Amino acid sequence: MTNDHILSTLRARFGEATFTDVEEQFGLLSVTIEREQLIEVMHFLKEGELGFTFLTTMCGINYPNNLNRELGMIYHLHNLPTNTRLRVKTFFPVLDPVVPTLTPLWATANWMEREAYDFFGITFPGHPNLIRILNVEDMDYFPMRRQYPLEDQTREDKTDSFFGR
Amino acid sequence: MAETTASPITMVDAPDGLEGQGFFATSLEKVIGLARSYSLWPLPFATSCCGIEFMATMGSHYDISRFGSERPSFSPRQADLLMVMGTIAKKMAPIVKQVYEQMAEPRWVLSMGACACSGGIFDSYSVLQGIDRIIPVDVYVPGCPPRPEQVLDGLMQVQELARNESLRRRNSPEYQALLASYNIK
Repeated sequence: MTNDHILSTLRARFGEATFTDVEEQFGLLSVTIEREQLIEVMHFLKEGELGFTFLTTMCGINYPNNLNRELGMIYHLHNLPTNTRLRVKTFFPVLDPVVPTLTPLWATANWMEREAYDFFGITFPGHPNLIRILNVEDMDYFPMRRQYPLEDQTREDKTDSFFGR
Repeated sequence: MAETTASPITMVDAPDGLEGQGFFATSLEKVIGLARSYSLWPLPFATSCCGIEFMATMGSHYDISRFGSERPSFSPRQADLLMVMGTIAKKMAPIVKQVYEQMAEPRWVLSMGACACSGGIFDSYSVLQGIDRIIPVDVYVPGCPPRPEQVLDGLMQVQELARNESLRRRNSPEYQALLASYNIK
């Protein structure tokens, strides 16, 4: 199964305009879609002829300079019989961080969506248990958003003078 | 065979006291301090690479049992010395504190390695920047990770503390204030 075949099948089903930013890096096809079409496209990829039955991983991402597309979700799919991989991205505004859940399609999406919520504050309506998974429960921000510094802010021994800043 | 005069077993020197024929008088504090210092039961709270180094310290080559600590107590109720070895994530912090609270007095804490002492290289939102933010620490062993010799030296420092500690120290207002500053009891 070639990447051209995947792309033409998807375009035949959903139209040309649905898939933007199509790129191929290291043989890995990557497409960007709008979140409104996510469930439909994912359902087709899993149940349809392309047979991407396995959700390898998913993650959130934050590009603070992309206006109205600051946050994103990236999904990695795998067709196990033909050993083909596909990457699907979707971007949305940071003020409206809502993406439909994939838990009805893949049970494995459960923990990964909790992780995306934990670190990026992306919410997934329909998720059965959307609570923090790795960070402390009483954390009051989403640490992987670029607006927050990585370092622990309570440390007093690391002043700039030690680092020539 | 050549006669050997040196005993293979080194005995601990008796504390200062008044010695005569058939009796030896010293203070109870010194005797208890002596006994405590040579029977410290450590609770290894090992979370990462420092824990591996502690395993070498426990093993036959470095042999922590030479210092009376041959019985690592994996229950805090019976432990005298909490050895925190490795990175403590903020999510782990309440567990460390709970383990400390479960220990009976007198209790000592040894913080092993850069991470336990100060957060080390993990200056990050998720890592506790030193366990002395949640529990009082008696001895800090620096290093990343420290060699077993350093751990043994740290243990000997704890022994020194145990040997010279006043029996009334744990009831003193200073000690109560110290615990209160950590919001313990």
